[in-house]
Amino acid sequence: MPSNQYDAIIIGAGHNGLIAGAYLARAGKRVVVLERREVVGGAAVTEEIFPGYRFTEFSYVVSLLRPEIIRDLELPRHGLKILPLPSTVTPMDNGDYLAAWPDHEPTRREIYRHSPRDAEAADEYGRTMARAAKAIKPVLSLVPPDPSSMSARDMLGLLRLGQYAKSLSEKELYRIAKLVTQSSADLLDEWFEFDPLKGTKSASGIIGTFLGPRSPGTAYVLLHHYMGEIDGAFRAWGFAKNGTGGVTAAIAASARALGAEIRTKAAVSQVIVKGGRAAGVALENGDELHARVVMSAADPKRSFLSFVESKHFPDEFVEQIRNFRVRGSSGKVNIALSGLPQFTCLPGETPLHRGAISISPSMDYIERAYDEAKYGQFSTNPYIDMIIPSMIDRDMAPPGHHVMSCFVQYAPYDIEGGWDDAKRDAFGETVISTIERYAPNIRKIIVGKQVITPKDIERIAGITGGNIFHGELLLHQLFFLRPAPQWADFRTPVPGYYFGASGAHPGGGVMGAAGKMAAQEVLKDWR
Amino acid sequence: MLETLELKRTPFHERTSRLSVAQNWRRWAGYAVVGSYELSLDHEYWAIRDRAALIDVSPLMKYLIEGPDAARLLHKVTTRDIFKMGVGQVYYTGWCDEEGKLLDDGTVSRLSDQSFRMTSAEPSLRWLAMNAVGMDVKIAEVTDQMAALSLQGPKSRAVLNRCCNDPLDALKYFRLMNTSIGNNPVSISRTGYTGDLGYEIWVEAEQALAVWDALMEAGDDYGITPCGILAMDMARVEAGLFMVDADYTAANHAWIEGQKSSPLEMGLDWTVNLNKKGYFVGRKALEREKKAGSAWKLVGLEVDWVGLERLFADVGLPPQIPGMAVRASLPVLVEGKQIGYASTSTWSPVLKKYIALAHLQRPHYEPGTSVTMEVTVEHHRRHAPAKVVKLPFYDPAWKKK
Repeated sequence: MPSNQYDAIIIGAGHNGLIAGAYLARAGKRVVVLERREVVGGAAVTEEIFPGYRFTEFSYVVSLLRPEIIRDLELPRHGLKILPLPSTVTPMDNGDYLAAWPDHEPTRREIYRHSPRDAEAADEYGRTMARAAKAIKPVLSLVPPDPSSMSARDMLGLLRLGQYAKSLSEKELYRIAKLVTQSSADLLDEWFEFDPLKGTKSASGIIGTFLGPRSPGTAYVLLHHYMGEIDGAFRAWGFAKNGTGGVTAAIAASARALGAEIRTKAAVSQVIVKGGRAAGVALENGDELHARVVMSAADPKRSFLSFVESKHFPDEFVEQIRNFRVRGSSGKVNIALSGLPQFTCLPGETPLHRGAISISPSMDYIERAYDEAKYGQFSTNPYIDMIIPSMIDRDMAPPGHHVMSCFVQYAPYDIEGGWDDAKRDAFGETVISTIERYAPNIRKIIVGKQVITPKDIERIAGITGGNIFHGELLLHQLFFLRPAPQWADFRTPVPGYYFGASGAHPGGGVMGAAGKMAAQEVLKDWR
Repeated sequence: MLETLELKRTPFHERTSRLSVAQNWRRWAGYAVVGSYELSLDHEYWAIRDRAALIDVSPLMKYLIEGPDAARLLHKVTTRDIFKMGVGQVYYTGWCDEEGKLLDDGTVSRLSDQSFRMTSAEPSLRWLAMNAVGMDVKIAEVTDQMAALSLQGPKSRAVLNRCCNDPLDALKYFRLMNTSIGNNPVSISRTGYTGDLGYEIWVEAEQALAVWDALMEAGDDYGITPCGILAMDMARVEAGLFMVDADYTAANHAWIEGQKSSPLEMGLDWTVNLNKKGYFVGRKALEREKKAGSAWKLVGLEVDWVGLERLFADVGLPPQIPGMAVRASLPVLVEGKQIGYASTSTWSPVLKKYIALAHLQRPHYEPGTSVTMEVTVEHHRRHAPAKVVKLPFYDPAWKKK
């Protein structure tokens, strides 16, 4: 076979692209995964921006990486280690804090300190959410059937979905219906009274969305937090050794071992369509690669509006992709530190420094942060989810030094007047001064910082709109509607062109389900 | 209270007891040692696999064997060729009764030409003395006088380099050196019970606390973590290392023949040197067994997760397995017929596998054999599919580097 002839070409060496490549190679296909950048990983990369300090640049925790992928691709053998990220602490304005521990009793005692009522409610809430997550989980690993289709495959899928719905009790069905439509504020107000507790819990419902805690649909996202618990001992929630780049490095190593080729600095300019079928890709350097199957693991806009000429798609499809919402809403500030930040509420070094530190004093605080974003400003008092990777993995910074990863919301992609260097600096400054309120020594120990706006996510990781999920997790953009009605089964209107990324079902996070399922659909069609 | 009624305290007790949040104490050879410092084993376990774990292993039985016939005695008692052992070398070895069945296992370190240190799990003074009749050798138990710390994990060398007065870089796997930490003379061996990069530090009991403090200080930047024996128990299964009483019965403790195991059955073929010169205890029996093949073998089992998940899904549950090593015998079957048993099983966080050490009968101990292992699913006995694999389960490149 000539060297530019493959069975399958995959565009984008993020985790989904690499996973798809690995699965296809595992099935004996000759695969190449093409990456625009000089490093693989996409938005799951670790880079040494300042010498000795390694940033898990964009994505920073592993939450829902599918256990079957870990097993099938033997990722532990290829270096994947998921280190525990055991706790969450919310510093309070009065100098106290609220902590959540991995152990039930201390957590209960901790909440009790603030609200005896909430301490009891928290137990019941956790169990209720875990049960709801268990009930809804099978849907995540299902190829979404098209409800308007009469094809055997879709009918069978719908039948399975129906059987599954029938297996749920009435109570469960109602609970799920409510969860899917409710706002996280409404849900949490039903359960709790203590503001920092509600603020912190609501935060996990808005991450990556352009919504506030009072927006309907955010309660559903809270559920995702409990999905991991169902994996039992396999629970893959934590911080990957070497940052999230450690996850993609392991997947890449596995893919290579299975025979996949990975080419970096190989930006795709166009998918070649011949006789109505995808036939290969043209690279920006002019090279052409040919294959029976092309899969895009890039975002939906690039996959359908940039790589392929619109004339190859039905107008309606193009319109739907144009309307697919990919508004980035979050930024990232990565900080290199010469010591440990001293939080007023947590002097010295405590076990809580090994977990998440959440600036989320109340739901109102986050909702106000959202208000500014709605009108095209970044939040002056943003929600920040921090971790100190070097406290978890000592290889992230020189001995005695630290790195801090700060996920910041909201920072709208469409900021008034557009992002520029001055606005980026101002955004970074806002984040530092917010942290400074809780950790007054922060400025003195900064060695260097990297401020990432949604525009930078787009520029560096190549995600249109800079949305961390390649497309917001909105009800009208999920399941059989993701990325477009009738095309949620990882196929596209161009035969031989597949779509297996975060913008496909079941959506974002370093989960890998889309890449894996897309590869499986490719193999189904192969016969 | 009568003093002998209490469990002994190790030389590190003053430190370990203060750090123990979980108050989870375990008995080890008459001592109280920390099972786990924290409420969950995670942080201690990952110290072994990713940082540096400081483990108090003082209860190990320690003997000094000295004199012109010291080497002769150890050559006769153990299965290794002690005459070929250089000064500064450490051997792992088992020792047997006359029938070639294991009495115990431990390490032998050659401190000088005529001086050895031996560690064991069970008291061995009587056995050594009985075999030393007519030899010019002095045997002294130094268990209480000598404290021992195990520093295990990928960062252990960096920690020691920070606080030892000599660099550790040249110290090879299963070698020993003398140095000092502050003003405290220590002997450091590159050994351990975790299958990771690691060292054991031997120090006089009087200087134990000073050495502990120096290590904790030097290790601070590397995330050094005091670690109990429960996390170590998980790591040692991953490393394919077994334990007397848990995974085999000492021949002199066994009530019946069937409880005994030979070193060949335990997979210690590499330590049984049948080419070595002269007599050693158990030689004839081991030669016979080597020729005929072993009836049993200690092997690794990997439980098939999908199969396990299915058993739990049958009753609507996610798979539930203990988050620590379990020292309980679990029947192992082939086609519904029992052919052996797992002696220690554990979830392996680093491998993301449910693994076990198992004694299997010939011919079922060959790698790749499909078996089932008993699991309890919602109070019911079920059988999870599993596969026989070679030991160790986990063998990082940096262990011997």
